[in-house]
Amino acid sequence: MKYSNFMEVTFKALSVNEGFARVCVASFCVQLNPSVDEITDIKTAVSEAVTNCVVHAYPTAVKGDVILRCELEDDLVTISVTDKGVGIKDIEKAREPFYTSKPSAERSGMGFTVMESFMDDVQVASNSFGTCVKMTKRIRACESVKVG
Amino acid sequence: MQIKSRVAGDALYVLLCGELDEHSAAYTRITLDEVFSTPSLKKIIIDLSELSFMDSTGIGVLIGRYKRMKDRDIPIYITNPSPHAEKIFKMTGLYDIMPKIV
Repeated sequence: MKYSNFMEVTFKALSVNEGFARVCVASFCVQLNPSVDEITDIKTAVSEAVTNCVVHAYPTAVKGDVILRCELEDDLVTISVTDKGVGIKDIEKAREPFYTSKPSAERSGMGFTVMESFMDDVQVASNSFGTCVKMTKRIRACESVKVG
Repeated sequence: MQIKSRVAGDALYVLLCGELDEHSAAYTRITLDEVFSTPSLKKIIIDLSELSFMDSTGIGVLIGRYKRMKDRDIPIYITNPSPHAEKIFKMTGLYDIMPKIV
């Protein structure tokens, strides 16, 4: 039988919640016995996705929700970071290395590139009602999973 | 984020302690610009031995500081990056503008 588990949290799109989101996912993934490198990769990818919600999704002072979901299926981690913000106009462009819609704000434009490098797969879906970034990573160091 | 700095001769040593992400970026920017304004500096060394986390927002902060110091002709060097920070530096080419020193 496949091992499966999931968790979901919703929080406000505030930068103070970035650390919370990282620790939340990392703590949840510990049950797959990942290596320190794998956990750091996941934390970084989560941080990038949540940062996008904090910086870009809600341009007005009123910040909306970020829904962070993490699913485990055997050794596969699937993380989705969803917002109900303004959406990304050109996803292809947004994913280009060094592209930023806010060059004056000292942004590196490397968020999606980091996600793509640290995870096995990154998918982005966006429209004018929000954005969902879905990322997967197989935990190589996973030897056994806790059952029950 | 906690930032400690000391001047030795004409060099400024800066130690970044904690996590560098969007939440700490503004404070890091302001504090670094403040300590970097020390007069008659010849070089700046940023020590990352106490940096427990960094994402691409950190790269943006560092590139911003590089641009400012380039105008004053003061080079910035990186020392003691974690393997994780190193991975991001190599990916983004940061070492091309802020070389790593041992």
